[in-house]
Amino acid sequence: MLQKLYDWVDERVDITPLWRDIADHEVPEHVNPAHHFSAFVYCFGGLTFFITVIQVLSGMFLTMYYVPDIENAWKSVKYLQMQVAYGQIVRGMHHWGASLVIVMMFLHTLRVFFQGAYKKPRELNWVVGVLIFFVMLGLGFTGYLLPWDNKAFFATQVGLQIAEQTPLIGTELKTLLAGDPKIIGAQTLTRFFAIHVFFLPAALFGLMGAHFVMIRKQGISGPL
Amino acid sequence: MSNKKQQVSRRQFLNYTLTGVGGFMAAGMLAPMVRFAVDPVLKPQKAGDFIATGTEVSSITNTPTRVDFSYEQVDAWYKSTVSKTAWVYKDEKGDIVALSPICKHLGCIVEWKKEGEHANQYYCPCHGGLYSKNGDNVPGTPPLAPLDQYKTNVKDGVLYLGEIVPNQEVK
Repeated sequence: MLQKLYDWVDERVDITPLWRDIADHEVPEHVNPAHHFSAFVYCFGGLTFFITVIQVLSGMFLTMYYVPDIENAWKSVKYLQMQVAYGQIVRGMHHWGASLVIVMMFLHTLRVFFQGAYKKPRELNWVVGVLIFFVMLGLGFTGYLLPWDNKAFFATQVGLQIAEQTPLIGTELKTLLAGDPKIIGAQTLTRFFAIHVFFLPAALFGLMGAHFVMIRKQGISGPL
Repeated sequence: MSNKKQQVSRRQFLNYTLTGVGGFMAAGMLAPMVRFAVDPVLKPQKAGDFIATGTEVSSITNTPTRVDFSYEQVDAWYKSTVSKTAWVYKDEKGDIVALSPICKHLGCIVEWKKEGEHANQYYCPCHGGLYSKNGDNVPGTPPLAPLDQYKTNVKDGVLYLGEIVPNQEVK
């Protein structure tokens, strides 16, 4: 049945070369943990991507209940965590996944760094990778505020004061982030929500696309 | 082994196991999220409670009178006081009838007219819908069904109103 459906579409739009180009390629022996167990270090990039997918999915589902408003944010989080079936699990996935994605990304960075895999011709991919790292840190920073509890509030206060230490533009930068020169409140929350849910994910998808196109184009770096 | 007919090739076996394991993992990931999303559909429905209106039953007459009442509504994390209105009268047998004022045409609010052009009828200001005293829609006006009514209950001489049900007064 599925095969027939596939053939029907393929006959008309010729999709086989499309997915073959993406998915059908040999994994070099030095990257395959089945040949050398130590090759598991090559898994961290893929694991980062896998957890990112979980983050995107669980985040999408969380916004079904979450409200980015200072009156209701905490109440809605409490509701989805305590009253909605599997709320604890879905929020837990997003909560723990956020930390795990940073860990995996860090291990991936270490592997690339210590293997010297960033060297010519892959310098540009290293640059894109570092940008992804910053976007991920931004996602962590903005997402931390959203439950609007005490920990979130004071962590953001500290974070904004760090931003304020930027030379020359510190004050403006802090106002830009917080939405108000003095208050961390209604406008801060909506801004952080918008950044967390729309701006940074958009940037992340673009950068990840570039990251993957480059690795396919250049191939994975050779054995040590 | 070599003489036996091979039912499943190595490639097929690996395809099946990998798809199976992958599908199991994906399902384990997606199941909580899907259950989370469909929760409102699966939440048990609360039985409609009767709400005290504060209106003494002895004050209810044969003429429909407006009764306003309110109750606490819990909407997930948001609690609020919701106001409702009923048109209440006693029928010939002395039973209390409480009609919902929501027009069956497009949901405007109808009002009992004591005098004027539509005297002794419920009149809807939006499109001129008319209903007789027991909620029956007057033919030739927009509504296609009689007004709904509240379930009624009397406790300590006070009128309690419950959930809204289709009109049972119109025979």
